[in-house]
Amino acid sequence: MNMMKNTIADRVADFIKNFPPFDLLDKDQLLDISKEVKIKYLDKENIIYNINDPLHDQFYMIYKGAVKLKKYINEKLETIDQFDEGDVFGLRPLFAKENYAITSVTEEETILYCIPIDMFHPFIDNNKDVRQYLIESFASNTENPFSNEFQKKLLKDDVKLDFSKDMFEMQPVRLIKNVITAKQTSSIKDAAKLMSENNVGSIIIEDKDCPIGIITDKDLRLHVATGNFSINDDVSKIMNHPVMCYKKNITIAQAQITMMKHKINQIVVTKDGTPNSKISGVFSEHDIIVMKGTNPSVLMKAIKRSNSTKELKRIREKIMMLLEGYIQQNIPLTHINNIIFELNDATIKRVIERCVEKMDQAPPVKFAWMSLGSQGRKEQLLHTDQDNAIVFENTDDDHIEEVRTYFLALAKKVNKRLKTIGFEYCPGEMMAKNPKYCLSIDEWENQFSAWTRETGDDELLLCSIFFDFDITYGDIALITQLTEHVTEITKGNLIFQSKLGASSLRNPSPLGFFRQFLVEQDGEHKDHFDLKKRAIMPVTDAGRLLAIHYQIISINNTAERFEKLAEIMPEDEELFLSCAYASKALLKFRTKHGLRHHNSGRFIALAELSKEEKMKLKRCFKAISKVQELIKLKFNLKNFI
Amino acid sequence: MKWPFNKKEKAYPEYWKRYNSHFLEPKETDINTSTYVVLDTETTGFNYEKDRMLSIGAVKIINGYIDISTAFEFYIKQDYFNESTVEIHGLIKNERLETVSEEEAVILFLDYIKDSVLVAHHAFFDITMINTALKRLELPELKNKVLDTMFIYKATRLKSNLIDPNKKYTLDELAENYDIDLSDRHTASGDALITAIAFIKSMQFLIKTKAYTLKDLLNCK
Repeated sequence: MNMMKNTIADRVADFIKNFPPFDLLDKDQLLDISKEVKIKYLDKENIIYNINDPLHDQFYMIYKGAVKLKKYINEKLETIDQFDEGDVFGLRPLFAKENYAITSVTEEETILYCIPIDMFHPFIDNNKDVRQYLIESFASNTENPFSNEFQKKLLKDDVKLDFSKDMFEMQPVRLIKNVITAKQTSSIKDAAKLMSENNVGSIIIEDKDCPIGIITDKDLRLHVATGNFSINDDVSKIMNHPVMCYKKNITIAQAQITMMKHKINQIVVTKDGTPNSKISGVFSEHDIIVMKGTNPSVLMKAIKRSNSTKELKRIREKIMMLLEGYIQQNIPLTHINNIIFELNDATIKRVIERCVEKMDQAPPVKFAWMSLGSQGRKEQLLHTDQDNAIVFENTDDDHIEEVRTYFLALAKKVNKRLKTIGFEYCPGEMMAKNPKYCLSIDEWENQFSAWTRETGDDELLLCSIFFDFDITYGDIALITQLTEHVTEITKGNLIFQSKLGASSLRNPSPLGFFRQFLVEQDGEHKDHFDLKKRAIMPVTDAGRLLAIHYQIISINNTAERFEKLAEIMPEDEELFLSCAYASKALLKFRTKHGLRHHNSGRFIALAELSKEEKMKLKRCFKAISKVQELIKLKFNLKNFI
Repeated sequence: MKWPFNKKEKAYPEYWKRYNSHFLEPKETDINTSTYVVLDTETTGFNYEKDRMLSIGAVKIINGYIDISTAFEFYIKQDYFNESTVEIHGLIKNERLETVSEEEAVILFLDYIKDSVLVAHHAFFDITMINTALKRLELPELKNKVLDTMFIYKATRLKSNLIDPNKKYTLDELAENYDIDLSDRHTASGDALITAIAFIKSMQFLIKTKAYTLKDLLNCK
């Protein structure tokens, strides 16, 4: 018999079969469901359904992206759970008739598989396991301690509990799915090697994917370092067993209590909660601290030992929470900036490190990864676009393309993972994976020379990004060489400097004739104030120009550039310090607005500004216009503006 | 001057008349609620006259949802055997796939698309391939509006002198930029699904940032 083929439904089935409850269905059932799926794309911060909305005739599975569930707790809308790839949600229509009790919102760009309820009902009715799984998932989203019942009970017992903002302890633990395991016949030495390679404090011994034992650092100390067992003995000699296992959806509070009770620091989660089923993940004391994660040193450690992009993405979410806390507590921007920069820098380094390991071979020559633009200036606090480039050692003409191909492949991996973590692709394609910006040191030197020799508008734009390069990973000598070259070619090059000066004066003015804020006239951001174009760019451009002119080398940060200028030119100290202040104030301002609206903070609705904020901004503009006056005089640009 | 009574019109088969009837009255065209048919064809080569379609894969976007139940996938019987058809013959034989004649494929396709907006990557190629098949059946060309994801994607890109304005973006590049899974690449249906996701992403971006209408999409060149 000939068959109809349905490649697209097969593709959907291939994905859903990996996740519960669909892993409980057979091939034909999967295909029948897949044929009825609808795929929906949603931008970030899009509502899928609201509290009290009538029920949809479908439930959802996340194919790509992430979704937050929110609920009113003490009259405030709080996030109660987060879901990502492979998770199902919106199960209410399967079990209840009343309207939705929670709101669900996309956290990032998301692609959903929508599964029709009508189609799915028979599977719930006929398959006990499917029914059980869905009822549990449904219950854990709605009937958990956040429910009114629970709150009422608490009040009745007159127990006063200080709930943290997001009731951290009551959240389900987030499993580490990338579990490090060994077979029971492995040697202790091999197991210990695996542990140190992966930077973990314990290793699970498995047989047919079921956990049969666990070894921790402590066991190595107790049994091996004491000489009781040899490093060549089988791990089964020293492993602890049976393993304490739990089911998915255990809360953090439960996990903490269990760890204390049994004096263990790791929990193994298996499919059915017993050691006789497959391992679905592990969870350690350290992971609780990371989940709580409001401590930069813990985050730093987590970044360095992270082994997956997904994990780095979660850590970056914590970094954003940390940032939000700092901004709220009004901590000086210089401190905030340093910490966030270090954490971002470590994240990017870790990504590159992992990608280098993933390549089939070691780098053919020395290279360095350069961060450009705002990351290069250490002014990147929010999720903004990635700007980066690669410089590699010179090779002979016969090999250069081969070498470039290697680094382009590496860059492609790194750029992609950075995007996953939250650094969007640069719309101008100024990224290391672009062959134009993956060059040898000679090529880079020529490139910079060309930009400063024949400088048109395009070159000026490129200079504004590439002149603020900073090393993120690799060989510092290459960067030093490039810095020296750039210093050399710009030194006394007044033609180039005055062109750069002219372009730094070209940004549209922030204030109108009556000192009112000038807003965008049309487009997506109509009636918004463009903070980047009208305020941040002019001060950044001025800082760069003066740094080049006065040969301030290796300082990329705008505020630091102005502070240095104040130091070497005491006569203009006041002006330069006010610029340094303006640069920091504007960055803080942008960060605050970005955090509030989950965007880049570039466009600001005027109505939202308090009188005080407006005055603060106007003070910044004053500093900018003064430094622009100075530039006009210095570079003889009186005819401009 | 043309004879006012076009004899040929009468001679058109029933299925063409059925298809044609969808175009008699102009319809409201909203970018969000229009029905799109995202399609891809696999062919024996790139010569419009000599080469033939091997398969057509398509899926509909209805009210913003890619509806898998509308997936369209047909393999076309080949009269001639040539090297580039080996693989697909193998596939058809191994998986015992049902094949249809070119005319049957055309009938199924016209009934399927009705007056939907057609979407394809490098659409000119696929549409010309289909129109050539129509010509062989002595039928006029397709009447649908056509969108090319290449040009739509291009409209989402930054206008900058630093980016070559004549750059041709391949489906692979779109998929890479939008982080779309590339399995089933180079099967008509697989490519249609990749194209559909890329299309929705580009379209949503253009609606959000530039308030695009369907008319603007049609003007993407």
